[in-house]
Amino acid sequence: MEYFQAVPPGDGAWALHALLGNQRRRLLSSLRLRQICLEGTGLPAWLFDDCYRQVGDSAETIALLWRQRSGVATGMVPPSPAAEASLQQWLEELLPPLAGLEADAQAEAMRALWQGLEPLELLVVNKLLSGGFRVGVAQGLVIQALAQLSELEPARLRHRLMGGFVPSAAQFTALIDPADDDASLSSRPYPFQLACPLDPERLSDTAPANWQVEWKWDGIRAQLIRRHGACWLWSRGEELIHPAFPELIRLGEALPDGLALDGEVIIWEPGAPGPRPFAELQRRLGRKAPGRSLLAELPAAFVAYDLLELGGCDRRPEPLRQRRAALEDLHQQLLAAPSPPAAGLLRLSATLPLPHWQALEELRAGAAAAGAEGLMLKNLDSAYLVGRRRGSWWKHKLEPLQLDAVLLYAQPGSGRRANLYTDYTFGLWNADGQLVSFAKAYSGLDAAEIEELDRWIRRHTSERFGPVRAVEPLQVFELAFEGIGPSKRHKSGLAVRFPRISRWRRDKPASEADTLQTALALMATRP
Amino acid sequence: MLPSDGLVTLTEQGLYCRAADVWIDPWRPVPRALITHGHADHARPGCGAYWAIGAGAGILRRRLGQGIALHSLDYGDALQIQDAQVSFHSAGHVLGSAQIRLEAGGESWLISGDYKRDADPSCAPFEPVGADVLISEATFALPIYRWPPGSQVAAEIRDWWQHCQHRPSVLFCYAFGKAQRILAELHALGVEQEVLLHGAVAALIEPYRQQGIAMVPTQPLSQLPRDERLEGRLVLAPPSAQGSPWMKRLRGAQTGFASGWMAVRGARRRRGFERGFVLSDHADWPALVDTARQSGARQVYVTHGQSEVLARYLREVEGIAAEPLQGGGLAERGDPDGEAEREAAAGDTVAGDTGETGEATAGAAHEPAGEATEPDGEAGPINAGLIKGGEQREALP
Repeated sequence: MEYFQAVPPGDGAWALHALLGNQRRRLLSSLRLRQICLEGTGLPAWLFDDCYRQVGDSAETIALLWRQRSGVATGMVPPSPAAEASLQQWLEELLPPLAGLEADAQAEAMRALWQGLEPLELLVVNKLLSGGFRVGVAQGLVIQALAQLSELEPARLRHRLMGGFVPSAAQFTALIDPADDDASLSSRPYPFQLACPLDPERLSDTAPANWQVEWKWDGIRAQLIRRHGACWLWSRGEELIHPAFPELIRLGEALPDGLALDGEVIIWEPGAPGPRPFAELQRRLGRKAPGRSLLAELPAAFVAYDLLELGGCDRRPEPLRQRRAALEDLHQQLLAAPSPPAAGLLRLSATLPLPHWQALEELRAGAAAAGAEGLMLKNLDSAYLVGRRRGSWWKHKLEPLQLDAVLLYAQPGSGRRANLYTDYTFGLWNADGQLVSFAKAYSGLDAAEIEELDRWIRRHTSERFGPVRAVEPLQVFELAFEGIGPSKRHKSGLAVRFPRISRWRRDKPASEADTLQTALALMATRP
Repeated sequence: MLPSDGLVTLTEQGLYCRAADVWIDPWRPVPRALITHGHADHARPGCGAYWAIGAGAGILRRRLGQGIALHSLDYGDALQIQDAQVSFHSAGHVLGSAQIRLEAGGESWLISGDYKRDADPSCAPFEPVGADVLISEATFALPIYRWPPGSQVAAEIRDWWQHCQHRPSVLFCYAFGKAQRILAELHALGVEQEVLLHGAVAALIEPYRQQGIAMVPTQPLSQLPRDERLEGRLVLAPPSAQGSPWMKRLRGAQTGFASGWMAVRGARRRRGFERGFVLSDHADWPALVDTARQSGARQVYVTHGQSEVLARYLREVEGIAAEPLQGGGLAERGDPDGEAEREAAAGDTVAGDTGETGEATAGAAHEPAGEATEPDGEAGPINAGLIKGGEQREALP
């Protein structure tokens, strides 16, 4: 907060931009910076690469190596005038022109810039140039600081920040202006409410009738906004995704003005009993402008579960049961129109009957058949809150799928995991008795296990391919994942969603790991 | 590999000079051992006789036993051992550290041991020595490693400590060498406040003071009354004390680590220190390359750490015949926070618990508690390679 108070709004805007985790467009690639560094230091490329392996970060490697150029001792360099520049000057005046320079001029300009900088400054400049500048700070803390500064409610600030923040002095001033009339909010979505994994203890004291039970859909969480004659579709990642879904924008344009719906974008053919798997939605996501045949093959729908604004009025403080009733009314009206524009495009997320808590697990087990990934439970008396708050929304996902697989390859991580083998590739047995790769996983082991496995990998390497090591196929791990489908990425012809290590099966010999056939059988149970 | 007909060869016990019938820093008991310095991965117990620099004798006896047969030497003394001329030259690594030069049959070899060329008020400065063949360490043999002056880092440590009056400051550093260097550097900066010590560090203060090394006043933390407030105090402790029960009394302290490894952010973040100070008792990249060049050696063998990198650079860029020295159970190169350090630390943690009583067991036939399992701080990751071979690894959990 002291920083934001002390600096001019132009600097504050850029600092906020970075603290919120936004990244600038890349001005120069890491590879180009490496090249300029090599030319300037005269070091052989292999030595740079050895250093990079130790450091795990290209921008930092350059910052450390730049001091090595001949004849320069630390502390002997006059500070460059650039070192005095403000953040705004750096980001708006000093760095961007570098991208457009001819190769030689660019190298010379880079070297001149590096010349007067301390290693830490050099590191930051390289990160800003190569688009990898990140600050590990929780968004909540940043918002709190701004809230103290502006004396605005954190939730209000969050709303003003929805949909991204353009780093300019004017935007920053408007953001923290207590009197701003919120005209700038017209295109922005509301901050999403998020669910926590179910804590059964917390439910048992309440009646099932107090809860709205729905499927947990496996699509893209989104808000469809209709205001001032225009329409926006925002993903939970606060990106505008309407170019990929023109049919949903057509839907939005048919909705009454002053409306905000919370729901899920999903591939669902009109008349089909359930949606298509997530993998097919991904095919739509990748396209800026989907062609007619793709639109016909993979039609999108908006499954609405909540109504946040109606008639230009913020309904979030109302209890869910009132919002739901309003949503159902709206859906009815739309369908009642002579030629309903919403037919097939706007679906109401069905509520599921739950007579007593004992029926919960049975209900959840039906999720796979319904094309969902589990259940959602929402307290009917709750207001729509900002972010992940325990208590009013619970998610109860299907148990993950699991397979026991054999560790085949390992690769060092980067950053704090540089020099530790933390990226693993796993395989299953095929019909010919060979291990074929089917998944990569990076997470799930604790620090002690990672170190132990790292040591094991170093001692049991059978072959090296650059940074990748093939290891003796001896270690078995239980992998958990959310779905499994065909893919060309791995030798097995399969790929899994969100794979992670759930257990190190020290008790299991590799010969007893699962087979490709078992994996194919799983695919049949859950797409 | 070393040629089998050279002045120095590699045996199961370590580097061996047939002309003198002595081993250099052997890792198993041998009849006669020349010791470069007292770190646990260079000075092992159980040898028949030891030759080492007198300034480090106190430390060596503390670690290997008061009763060892120890020939104390001065830097530059020329000894005739059987058919070889042997001399010890300052390595600038820690108190009493030496490079060892052997000459016989018209051929001279220099074993650098661990060394550094930066100024250090706690030990004699490095002496450049010429030889036909050089065996060099390579702990930090990557051009990313280039040390700032120790006095500058000490000033950073002082400011870090003295600007934090509402919490204790715990600075982790290797108990033998680094800790005393910091205390001597702080003294040189005019610091007069008392610094508190973990038992493992405290045990090694007296041998330094006896050698006339000027350091700030110190006191073992264990001798402070239980209810004494520690806010604003600086405590030096071995890295293994991090997260050990010993830290209970220092709950809420700001933590830092002084090591060459701290030059890289990833290493610091992984270990979870709030602050890293780049301070090493090993040679940095320019020093390693300059030393190889200045030795005039026609052949360089490289051990400890980034041996392949340094050998390749000397060969391809400097035009000096050089190769990595691989030996029995030689581990991986280049592993900054690598296994040896971690394992050493694991062993040290156990010792750390009893570290406060380290004095009591010092001098026993086995290695004293507290510092015993700490190989040499920074060299740790790498020394696993040549010197420790595979055995220590299996001995630890």
